[in-house]
Amino acid sequence: MALERLFRRRRAQGEVRDVPELWTRCPSCDAPIYKKDLEQNLYVCPKCSHHMRFPALRRIESLADAGTFEQTTRLKPADPLEFVDTEPYVKRLERYQKEAGRPDAIVGGRCLIGEVPSVLLVMDAAFAGGSMGSVVGEEIARGAELAAQENRSLVIVSASGGARMQEAALSLMQMAKTTLALDRLWARRLPYVSILTDPTTGGVTASFAAIADVIFAEPGALIGFAGPRVIKQTIRQDLPEGFQRSEFLLKHGMVDRVVDRRKLKEAVTRVLRQFVGGARAAGV
Amino acid sequence: MRVPLEFEKPILELETRIAELEKYAQESGVGLEGELSVLRERLKKLQDDTYGNLTRWQRVQLARTPGRPTTLDVLGGVFQDFFELCGDRTFSDDPAIVGGLAYLEGTPVVVCGQQKGRDTKENIQRNFGMPHPEGYRKAMRLMDLADRFRQPFIAFIDTPGAYPGISAEERGQAWVIAQSIQRMARLRVPAIAVILGEGGSGGALAIGVGNRVLILENAWYSVISPESCAAILWRDAKEAAKAAEALKLSAPDLLQLGIVDRVIPEPGGGAHRDPATTLANLKTALLETLAELKDLGPEELFEDRYRRFRGLGVYAE
Ligand SMILES: [Zn+2]
Repeated sequence: MALERLFRRRRAQGEVRDVPELWTRCPSCDAPIYKKDLEQNLYVCPKCSHHMRFPALRRIESLADAGTFEQTTRLKPADPLEFVDTEPYVKRLERYQKEAGRPDAIVGGRCLIGEVPSVLLVMDAAFAGGSMGSVVGEEIARGAELAAQENRSLVIVSASGGARMQEAALSLMQMAKTTLALDRLWARRLPYVSILTDPTTGGVTASFAAIADVIFAEPGALIGFAGPRVIKQTIRQDLPEGFQRSEFLLKHGMVDRVVDRRKLKEAVTRVLRQFVGGARAAGV
Repeated sequence: MRVPLEFEKPILELETRIAELEKYAQESGVGLEGELSVLRERLKKLQDDTYGNLTRWQRVQLARTPGRPTTLDVLGGVFQDFFELCGDRTFSDDPAIVGGLAYLEGTPVVVCGQQKGRDTKENIQRNFGMPHPEGYRKAMRLMDLADRFRQPFIAFIDTPGAYPGISAEERGQAWVIAQSIQRMARLRVPAIAVILGEGGSGGALAIGVGNRVLILENAWYSVISPESCAAILWRDAKEAAKAAEALKLSAPDLLQLGIVDRVIPEPGGGAHRDPATTLANLKTALLETLAELKDLGPEELFEDRYRRFRGLGVYAE
């Protein structure tokens, strides 16, 4: 490709901005990609299929049937512990809110997915690393309860570094709260599909994300309990190639399938349709 | 002999001096009562000042002090006829979690808890109380037994956290913690969790979903250890004391936040200074808590637990 040669030459000459604004580079294969193409391809590299971070609203568009999404998340974070480290938590929150354009690390609501009435919740790793504090926990619990009340299936897309430190033990309690709320779905035989994306670790993996009826993972996503850095410090040796990636988890039996983002809606629809039919047959 | 904590040293030194003087007075027959009473007065004031104003970081250190009652000490000292059951029926037996059958003042109960070693050798064998997935699967087996035979389930928490290692990840550490939380939440029998020492994150919560959650006065419970929190937020694990303050991880903090329901008092200076009194206080608290729950039916117990955890969290509409 002529363009690739152009970039290579420019880089060789040490030019600082080697990619014009309309273009970006794949962090995996280094191919130049026209940004519009990347967006249309759901932020998956057209060359090597590397899955890049996917903005939360675009994620919703990619899963919900067109024009059916109606947002229900609306809670704002508080600072119950008046937490201050090198900077007050409230100051950090203000910055995250400005950057991400939303009050906390989750967005979601009612929609149809493949015509199946659903509640879809998407975590936003761009907001404080997608960490789970009281707001994320409460929105997930409410989402599960809403689905149970209105006979909807539940789909949660996780992207999170784990529990939010600045809400300390209250963040920890969200693990129990979200897990408990899922019981309402269970009682009504409504399906819950969990989608793990890069990265899903800590308290999110160890609660609602891991106890779904069906679990999908996007290719190459980092998924686990402890972060790789912590593990390395603990065992004082290098981690094996591919450790804690989606394919590793599939091999170890922790997820049902690794699904390409471009096929995700099809896969989710396949599961929801079969189980929703099952619920009707059971007279629920 | 354990190494005393920094803030305990002046107290321990003064205690030694008083003991020596008492011994000398007795042996020599010299009357030293005047001096002794001054020293005892000073000791009492020093103890009140130190133990009455413990910082959160000092409490964390007490929570980790050797000689503090472990789960097995509690199972042996508070219950009758503890009978250990082993294994997860899938992979192995995890020595970092112990459990089995016991009686509490005649009431049959199922018990379980993380077990730290009482010396270096045992600590290595017990992986410093950091469970692998098989430990949580054993805990879930015990919860099944409690449900099936309609007996209260009592869990003791004392762990720096679930083990962060390759083997644990391969066997689904996150998955079993989530499952254990769910399993405990679904119990149709009274469930009580007691934080004995360290309540480190998800590895602690996995057996912490009780209708009531109790905590010993100097134990801590949070989403992360102060050292790890400091390493991330202050970029320096040595700032753990600051992190401990910010995390508000002490028993009085947690009571105020509604995360625990009752603080079990420890004798002056901490549980390790007088384990017998600690265990007696713990027994009283357990009996009273069981009595509170005894009139609730199976579904009421489930709903009670649901409401308890559903209500935790602070946010703005
Ligand atoms: Zn690529």
